Amino acid sequence: MWYVLVILVTVFGVLGVAALSTMLERRLLGFFQDRPGPNRVGPFGLLQVVADAIKMLFKHDWIPPFADKTIFVLAPIIGFLCVLLSFAVIPVTANWSVAGDLNVGLLFVFGMMGMAVYSVVLGGWSSNNKFALLGGMRAAAQMISYEVFMGLALMGVIMTTGSFALNDIVAAQSHCWFIIPQFLGAIIFLMAGIAETHRLPFDLPEGENELGAGFHTEYSGMKFGMFFLAEYAGVALISCLITTLYLGGWQGPLLPPVVWFVLKAGFLICFFILLRAALPRPRYDQLMAFGWKVLLPLSLLNTVVTGAILLLRASA
Amino acid sequence: MFGIIRTIWMTFLHLFHKNETVQYPEQKPYLSPRYRGRIVLTRDPSGEERCVACNLCAAACPVDCISLQKGERDGRWYPEFFQINFSRCIFCGFCEEACPTYAIQLTPDFEMAEYVRQNLVYEKEDLLISGPGKVPDYSFYNVSGLAIPGKGKGEAEHELAPVDTHSLMP
Ligand code: SF4
Ligand code: SF4
Repeated sequence: MWYVLVILVTVFGVLGVAALSTMLERRLLGFFQDRPGPNRVGPFGLLQVVADAIKMLFKHDWIPPFADKTIFVLAPIIGFLCVLLSFAVIPVTANWSVAGDLNVGLLFVFGMMGMAVYSVVLGGWSSNNKFALLGGMRAAAQMISYEVFMGLALMGVIMTTGSFALNDIVAAQSHCWFIIPQFLGAIIFLMAGIAETHRLPFDLPEGENELGAGFHTEYSGMKFGMFFLAEYAGVALISCLITTLYLGGWQGPLLPPVVWFVLKAGFLICFFILLRAALPRPRYDQLMAFGWKVLLPLSLLNTVVTGAILLLRASA
Repeated sequence: MFGIIRTIWMTFLHLFHKNETVQYPEQKPYLSPRYRGRIVLTRDPSGEERCVACNLCAAACPVDCISLQKGERDGRWYPEFFQINFSRCIFCGFCEEACPTYAIQLTPDFEMAEYVRQNLVYEKEDLLISGPGKVPDYSFYNVSGLAIPGKGKGEAEHELAPVDTHSLMP
């Protein structure tokens, strides 16, 4: 019973957060640009989410006749499912998570993120549209290569903790958040996370000015909405992961653990939005070059140095 | 690198700036008197219609949205009907410039949305106002040489009596 409750709360929590962050994003972007953003529907414009949802649901859900129907329908579902499943292992508090003490929790998240690539690639490919295909290809290259640095950046944390379980990682940060010893790793993880969720400034798969809307050019209605929910849930996921891995998870003084977790993750979501407001999109080759020529050596360096220090400590 | 961090910081500071937005329906922006909005037909100081149905505005209109029909009363021309199709009007103000009598004028009002497109065709009753608009003192017939009842040739302001073409005197 408890288990079902946890699952339900997680699923609807994630959905709610994803929906709300669409609205939060528009409000914050507005403030960053000296305008109020959507503030008409309901108090503070909060009901904008509902209005958007209604609009999405009632829109003509069109499948282009030249598309590969099965895959076209399947792609957004895969994307959304992968992100949603990843939330299963996020420990919101010490004993609130669907599978927080899964001993390969981090690997599971990575597996799911790897699967999420399929959603954009298949979406781009089944649309049978050259812009969508280009977007899908970009997404594949970008997400696969950035996943490498993401994993490597995490090595430091995993080596220090000696465990893949997210609960253990949180527990290991009771004295000192990993962002201090693993600062480089945290920065690399953050950047890779942005690329992974293909958010601005790394949203080349959907770069409007050159690709229309990239991989979801042909999507409309709720299928398009699913892609977007998946993107925002992805942002929430990366924020939760950074919180758990580098910011001490639910640990914090005075306030109850849930509040700490939500505060930290919420702060990170806002930071993601700030990045979107502040930074221009790089060129595609710049993005790849930055990944392989800067982030890869840096994350390797991070791994090596962390390993050396750990070995020295162990021998001392 | 430093540039990126500085950009992020400066963008963050915008959170504390004042909004530039004018919350429109509650908060109206200032529109100057020469703003080009809804078109009106004005009357001269004596309360007569200024429009002399010369069709110059209709000719000047780049989108051909003015249509009118000349009528005549006491030697004065006037429009029998005068229609402006505001669904085509681009508010360029050419009609106002073309008008020799200051009859047609654009006003600072743009809130003329309608649910039915047909309602955007304004008839003379909708266009005509009771005042002289932006030029309070001007009356075309008082300065023109045309004879109308109550004013013969040469009796207008700044006008000399007509020359007697049969006389040889200088
Ligand atoms: S404002 Fe321009 S478009 Fe409108 S009626 Fe006058 S001339 Fe025509
Ligand atoms: S509004 Fe002016 S330009 Fe148009 S017909 Fe009347 S007098 Fe002539």
